[in-house]
Amino acid sequence: MSARPDRYDIIVVGGGNAGLCAAVNAAETGARVAILESAPKTYRGGNSRHTRNFRCMHEGPLSVLTGTYGEDEYFEDLMLVTRGATDETLARLAIRSSEECLPWMESQGVRFQPSLSGTLSLSRTNAFFLGGGKALVNAYYNRCEDLGVDIYYDAEVRHVRLEGDRFTHCEVMMDGETVRVEGRAVVLASGGFQADLDWLTRAWGPAAANFLIRGTPYNRGVVLRDMLEQGAESVGDPTQCHAVAIDGRAPKFDGGIVTRLDCVPFSIVVNRDGERFYDEGEDVWPKRYAIWGRLVAAQPDQVGYSIIDAKSIDLFMPSVFPPIVADTLEGLAQKLGISGDRLAQTVARFNAACKPGDFHPTEKDGLTTNGLEPPKTNWARPIDTPPYHGYSLRPGVTFTYLGLKVSADAQVQTTRGPLANVWAAGEIMAGSILGQGYLAGFGMTIGTVFGRIAGREAAAHVG
Amino acid sequence: MSVDASGTTPAGAPAIAEARRQVEICNACRYCEGYCAVFPAIARQRAFADGDITQLANLCHNCRGCYYACQYTPPHEFAVNLPAALAEVRQESWERHMRPRALGALFHESGVALAAALALGLAALVGALAALRPVSGEGFYAYLSHGAMVAIFTPAFLAPLAIVALALRDYWREIGGERVRLSDIIAAGKSAGTMRNLDGGQGQGCNFEAEDRFSNKRRLFHQLTLYGFLLAFASTSSGTVLHYGFGTEAPYGLFSLPKLFGIPGGIMLCIGTAGLAWLKTRADPQLGAKRVWGGEMGFVLLLFFVSFTGLALYAATGTALVAPLLAIHLGSVLAFFALIPYSKMAHGFFRFAALIREAQHARLRQEGTAS
Repeated sequence: MSARPDRYDIIVVGGGNAGLCAAVNAAETGARVAILESAPKTYRGGNSRHTRNFRCMHEGPLSVLTGTYGEDEYFEDLMLVTRGATDETLARLAIRSSEECLPWMESQGVRFQPSLSGTLSLSRTNAFFLGGGKALVNAYYNRCEDLGVDIYYDAEVRHVRLEGDRFTHCEVMMDGETVRVEGRAVVLASGGFQADLDWLTRAWGPAAANFLIRGTPYNRGVVLRDMLEQGAESVGDPTQCHAVAIDGRAPKFDGGIVTRLDCVPFSIVVNRDGERFYDEGEDVWPKRYAIWGRLVAAQPDQVGYSIIDAKSIDLFMPSVFPPIVADTLEGLAQKLGISGDRLAQTVARFNAACKPGDFHPTEKDGLTTNGLEPPKTNWARPIDTPPYHGYSLRPGVTFTYLGLKVSADAQVQTTRGPLANVWAAGEIMAGSILGQGYLAGFGMTIGTVFGRIAGREAAAHVG
Repeated sequence: MSVDASGTTPAGAPAIAEARRQVEICNACRYCEGYCAVFPAIARQRAFADGDITQLANLCHNCRGCYYACQYTPPHEFAVNLPAALAEVRQESWERHMRPRALGALFHESGVALAAALALGLAALVGALAALRPVSGEGFYAYLSHGAMVAIFTPAFLAPLAIVALALRDYWREIGGERVRLSDIIAAGKSAGTMRNLDGGQGQGCNFEAEDRFSNKRRLFHQLTLYGFLLAFASTSSGTVLHYGFGTEAPYGLFSLPKLFGIPGGIMLCIGTAGLAWLKTRADPQLGAKRVWGGEMGFVLLLFFVSFTGLALYAATGTALVAPLLAIHLGSVLAFFALIPYSKMAHGFFRFAALIREAQHARLRQEGTAS
């Protein structure tokens, strides 16, 4: 094994949002910092390059955010989606700190824009990045370069060497050989394990074979597993993750935002057997998109089919894949590969349960089915106007929640106590706060808040 | 949405089909909405006719912000490179609409052909100077009589403009443009006058020459070129008015209108075009229409040559250099005018038409009668 000639003050493992925030904060103190990013430069940034916004508390209008979004409302939103599976101390810390993060992000070159078209319901709670997450990642990398941070691409950390409660060095795969990179402290920000399909299969069983990974193929959980094997304490359940229902034709990895489907509330969703299985109209889509990944994952063959008619085709954002279209329900079913009779029966039962009333696509309109199980409680209009359109749905995993347990200072914990010079930030520890469910834009909040804390604490340790 | 009424778009043109594929990916993403006018224009529609793609292509200023922000650039399988895809369509649209088409392809693609045209222009002028040398006359007109200059330059100026006018008429039909109002032109003028579409949406500039770092250099050099060109044009126009309206003949003194416009205009053009050529050597050719790199560079250098020789001619007043410099300068001006329809100069006309059309969309949406 060859050794890098340089010995760094702080090594940051993973060059996504959390790692970059840590690196900037550490380097600003004058510390000598290296980022080890496993992806090549074009794919740098982990899942952050697919993100688009940051959920931010604010007591009054702030930058592009309108109105106010206080700590309690934010926390209640989190409690709703996690059903209480959170660490209240860490969650409130993330929420409270988010307000000061936004101006800090702007000072680092991150730019925000008003809510994108089709996302107006988020204009109060979520600040959108101008150009999206990759533009944010670019801004931080430029900032890191200006601060003299050494950035290594195609540098996969295979082992984080601990001696007692102290980190000594990383073993890194670079240019086909294992290199030893020494540091006085380390920040682990290398994400979840969702791109390791074997690990996913161990957690989920054979169903995992039908999951699509929305984000980077580089988050294989190598560092997470290495740390757990060395006695780091874990939080979260390996089957819990941020998963949404995406177009079944999406690529296996890295499909990102364009593979999402916003048509569910205006459709009925059936499974492989042509049966409905959940209330498609429970709430507006931004509040429900994150539960549909698990719903579809629980169906036979982990597949669903969203069926709409010609009345609804202009009510949602266009998707990157064109819908399957047919003039009859039987014809549509045939193209989708499901039973035409079963689909026709399900639609007939649904149509018979629809009642007249006012339809409002942009808000909950109370247009509910009558005597149907499961009901559709909003936007229930008969599906009767050809041509009929169908999309296949698959679970799309964004990131897994099984992670490292950290303190409020982002310090990594073991059963024997905290590690002296190891901190963690981002998806690798987000499971502490997200036990289940997901709140749009909260992953970036956790990454930014804990990335900054980890960078600051690591710098204080070496300073 | 437009209909392709002109019938001149080759059905299923590969460049348009490729741009449409990418635009549909953009429309499902929309992260770039804040950069420029192209993305809000995309978001207004769900399906894109050929004319819509052509309009988007001419609206694009090649700032490249979207490329560096894009999560789907190659090697990603979605292979999005919108600046290049739209540049190809834009380029093809100019070549398609300018008559005769063969000249467009030749000059756009080849800096050598541009240089040859310059040489031809020079040779023609030198020949004219020798053959038409007046028996009397002052200043420049001692070398080439005013009548001869007019006889050479009037057709050389008007014929290209007529070709451009016909092309714009075809373009307007292809994109489904409507009756133009003064307010549309004013709105387009404001956009072009500030180069808003190169400002990155928040004034941080574009991503032309420094990869994912923003810079206002290209915007600055372009505006120096644009305003320098307009001043030079004003100089010529004021000279014409002085000549015909007031009987005052060239050369004009330092504090005359032609010189007050012309000298700063020439200096701005020199700096602007030199800057644009320099930036072009630093920019990634993969994010533009690669096949016309040479023609574009040739055009920028030609414009630099026109302005530089113009200034040199003024500096040489009263010396023996006037005769050769006059031939060189007027020859390059001749080449520049003749090539207006077949060079990068075409972008100014099409871009302005595209901005007018975009202003119409904005106005119609405000009026609540979406087209």
